[in-house]
Amino acid sequence: MVHIKRLQEDGADIIAIIGEIDASSSIELDLAIAKSVGEGFRKILVDCSALEYISSAGLGVFMSYIEEFKDKNVTMVLFGMKEKVMNTFTILGLADLLHIRSDRHEAKQLANELSV
Amino acid sequence: MRTKALIRLTFLSAVICWLVLVFSDVTVLFSRDKGLDPGVPLWLPRVMLDLYIVCLFYYYKFRIERDEGLNFTDLLWKVFATGLISTVLSLSIRLILGILGSTTLSSNILFQDVLYQINFALFLSFLLAAFSSWKRLILYQKSKWLIRLWTIFEVALLVILLSNILQIPMTDEMNVILMVLFGILTIILSANMKWVAYLNFRQKWTSILILLLTLFYIGYFFWSVVWNLPAELNNRAGMFLSYKDHFFNLCLYFFVITYSVFSFLVILFNLPTSSVFEQKLEEVVNFRISQSIQTEQNEESVYKILLESSVSSVFADAAWLEIRGSNNEARFFTYQISEEESRNIAFHLKSNNVKGVLDQNTDKTKNLSKHLAGLKGTRFRSLLSFPILVKGDIIGTLALLKELPEGFNKEMTRIVSAFANQAGISIENFRLMEEAFQNERYKEELKIAKTVQKSLLPDKLEKDPTFEMAAFSQSADEVGGDYYDTIRIDDHQVALIIADVSGKGTTAAFHMSQMKGIFHSLAQQDLDPKEFMQRANRALVYCLERGSFISATYFAIDTQSKKIRYARAGHCPVLFYRANTQQAEYLKDRGTALGMIKTKDYCNYIDTNVISYAPGDIMVLYTDGITEAKDQKGEEYGDDRLKDTLLRVTSKDPKEIAEFLISQLYEYSGTHMINDDYTTMIVKFT
Repeated sequence: MVHIKRLQEDGADIIAIIGEIDASSSIELDLAIAKSVGEGFRKILVDCSALEYISSAGLGVFMSYIEEFKDKNVTMVLFGMKEKVMNTFTILGLADLLHIRSDRHEAKQLANELSV
Repeated sequence: MRTKALIRLTFLSAVICWLVLVFSDVTVLFSRDKGLDPGVPLWLPRVMLDLYIVCLFYYYKFRIERDEGLNFTDLLWKVFATGLISTVLSLSIRLILGILGSTTLSSNILFQDVLYQINFALFLSFLLAAFSSWKRLILYQKSKWLIRLWTIFEVALLVILLSNILQIPMTDEMNVILMVLFGILTIILSANMKWVAYLNFRQKWTSILILLLTLFYIGYFFWSVVWNLPAELNNRAGMFLSYKDHFFNLCLYFFVITYSVFSFLVILFNLPTSSVFEQKLEEVVNFRISQSIQTEQNEESVYKILLESSVSSVFADAAWLEIRGSNNEARFFTYQISEEESRNIAFHLKSNNVKGVLDQNTDKTKNLSKHLAGLKGTRFRSLLSFPILVKGDIIGTLALLKELPEGFNKEMTRIVSAFANQAGISIENFRLMEEAFQNERYKEELKIAKTVQKSLLPDKLEKDPTFEMAAFSQSADEVGGDYYDTIRIDDHQVALIIADVSGKGTTAAFHMSQMKGIFHSLAQQDLDPKEFMQRANRALVYCLERGSFISATYFAIDTQSKKIRYARAGHCPVLFYRANTQQAEYLKDRGTALGMIKTKDYCNYIDTNVISYAPGDIMVLYTDGITEAKDQKGEEYGDDRLKDTLLRVTSKDPKEIAEFLISQLYEYSGTHMINDDYTTMIVKFT
């Protein structure tokens, strides 16, 4: 079960993921990101502070956007991850591929730097 | 319209004929009484009487015989009503006379004659009404010979009437022969009682009552017209108008009374068995309906059949069927009515707050004809509506319309209700079948995927004198994509792989087979693990669908140099136990899963690592199903528990270690119903 909230702040779209992301709920995450991109946001921040668990399918969603973001010059920064969730990212070798920061402030800063 | 005009015309003609009859009769009587020349021909009253009969005969033919909307009890009611009106009129005249007492007027022969004519006309009218009704009852489910017989009967009546007009002289013997023949014909015809079988219990009681009253009317009129005929009048009038010997009248009278008595008795004796018969009839109807509906292929045709059969069985002028789909979108199937009009009617009823119809919130079937009267611009005056129920939920409404007011009776309601129920059952069956079919297909697919997955895993692992290997793999009901394999590179090198394909089901099994192909083709080339991963990534990038990837760890064990070269592509870090320190650790080197980076940059995200090993060292390869297994409280098994478990059994051989690890895992999760794949491979060096 997952609940996804979106809110806009200083021109950035903040997607908050609350709950667990498994194979079925990863579709919701995919939709949320696709919507954000479709609405033309260039800075997307993903709030993972309430993310309890993410399965490989959920990670696949993030990965699937990497190239599209590169083409469209969109910056995505994940932040606030719990250690366990972070571990999943690290094991799969995604920590180096994605921009991950510890809190919102840092994430915003990074997004601003990168999108210049 | 034509029928209405004809009804009026015939009625008017009958009235005119009767008036002429009365006047001519009175004139003849008066002049004869006074010994004057009547000035009108003597045959005029007689001919007028017969014309009156013919006109009335056609009047009832149009009113009763041609009216398709009448059912059996309606027919009986018509006879009853006509009888009632006639009797009441006749009795009131008698009452007035009684009040007046014996005055000169009442003893006046002319006055008596007029009264008598009135009574006689009423009696004839009643008899003809009964005749028309009985005709319809007799000819119900007619056969060819029955129609012929009836035609003979009617022709015979006509001949009698004609002979009466022409005053063909007849001998008594001829009369007797004619009477007997006519009697036989009447009795044969009266044996046709098929309609009785179609009455329900209540209708039978009603019919018995009506027939009793009909017999009473006949008795009354017989007494007042034939029996109680003033002797004086009979004597005087006998010359030009014989009432008693009016042969046609007698025949008609005989026929009506015979059929009434027969019907009465048959219904009476049918009463005890009627409930059984009703039940059987219903069974037959239901059976026929189910036969016609169940042979259909899909829901759409069930709806169409339902619409067609209900329209044809109740002779509705128009109908519509509104079906609400799962997305709450209404679909209309219509017959002789536009969708817009049906929506209008539905809206009209809704806006008039008519409960119990078309709002799909009730299971009550109602006849709401009266509410239609308020809607302008519609030609319909009767409405009958039924819900279509599937598993107790209303999925649609069937509405039948007629242009006639009060066009639906109870039998029609019952029939259509049976149709609607059967349609509901059929649709439910379709849905269940569809569901079962989907389920079966899904199960079949899973079975195939499982077989494929099983066949992809090796039957035996490579053997080497310097190390032992054991593997265990069990997949959940939903097939996962765990893969492990071994292959000998050369006499001192063995390649190992453990991989986990993201996703489940057939796609996972498919990607697994791709991984197997890659492993078997690349590993034989004695590649550096990093090179192996790079090539594997290049091969997989365009095979894997968006968002899916494969995590894998590849090992090349060199037994000569006692070194292991390996590359970890996003897979769970291997647990390595060193015998000399008696410590175990996870080899958390960096590396990204296969299929995630589509460019050549992948070489920057993967490394070859080298470790050396000594005898007694143990390597535990596993997939995330093991570390992510949860206990009852939802807590994961985790890396630390796995490590602790391993440390307890380091002295055992790989097979025992694997068994112990799995048994511990089952104990932890508290169930054998695993919801992920458990795969582990243990390598112990000797």
